[in-house]
Amino acid sequence: MFYRTALYPADPFAVMRRLSDSLDRMTARATSPFPPVNIWQNGEAAAITAELPGVEPGDIDIEVKDNILTLSGERKAPEHPEGASWHRRERAFGRFTRAIRLPFRLDPEKVEARFANGVLRIAVARPDEDKPRRIAIKAA
Amino acid sequence: MTNHVTPASEQTSAQTLAEPARDRPVWRPLADILETADGFTLMLELPGVAAEDVEVSLDKRQLTIRARSQVVESDQLEPVHSEYVPGDYERAFLLSDDLDGEHIEAELKNGVLTVHVPRLAEARPRSITVKAA
Repeated sequence: MFYRTALYPADPFAVMRRLSDSLDRMTARATSPFPPVNIWQNGEAAAITAELPGVEPGDIDIEVKDNILTLSGERKAPEHPEGASWHRRERAFGRFTRAIRLPFRLDPEKVEARFANGVLRIAVARPDEDKPRRIAIKAA
Repeated sequence: MTNHVTPASEQTSAQTLAEPARDRPVWRPLADILETADGFTLMLELPGVAAEDVEVSLDKRQLTIRARSQVVESDQLEPVHSEYVPGDYERAFLLSDDLDGEHIEAELKNGVLTVHVPRLAEARPRSITVKAA
């Protein structure tokens, strides 16, 4: 990568800024995990959504242990005929794993997952035995 | 909290001249474009979009893909962690003259739109058999 300084005669710092911007873009791309997830929760339940476009539902594995939910799987590259040439390759393929820690213990019976239009939605209910209990104060 | 193998790309805003009227972000979907002897195949990532919410249009040589994602909001749960923002999608491509705009096919599966643009019959490569004299 090189920058032609002659294009920016008025602002010598423009080159530095452009270099810094492109470095930021490169590191942002390397550190953002796949799949991106959103999490909602309250004391009784939690919901997790993940964007998994191009992943077959059968290639997704969800595992729960204690308070950790692990989402893993593989996004397979589409098949293409021989002699084909690529003009854009922006999508990434391969295996992925993400572990999500929730504020309560998980019961596999109370985890429900649905996959539609490339978005995975996981609904988790807090098991009754894990819920906080109110202790009544007795009069002395 | 996380360990990962496959990198994900950042969400990039669509480059549109007009401002969207709806108060939602408009993303530029990631695309793969493959050229074969028959034509071009475009694959675009449109997570959260149902087939009826995709619009593929061709105006002169410009192929435009617009899509609206369906958002499910919960009123009982509080958002605690966010790595993506659901929104709409828009991206346009200019097709070359040797492509057949009349026979474009599009299919949506698992959040990926595949658009096939065939090459015009007269522009396809032909092999000519050489006859023995």
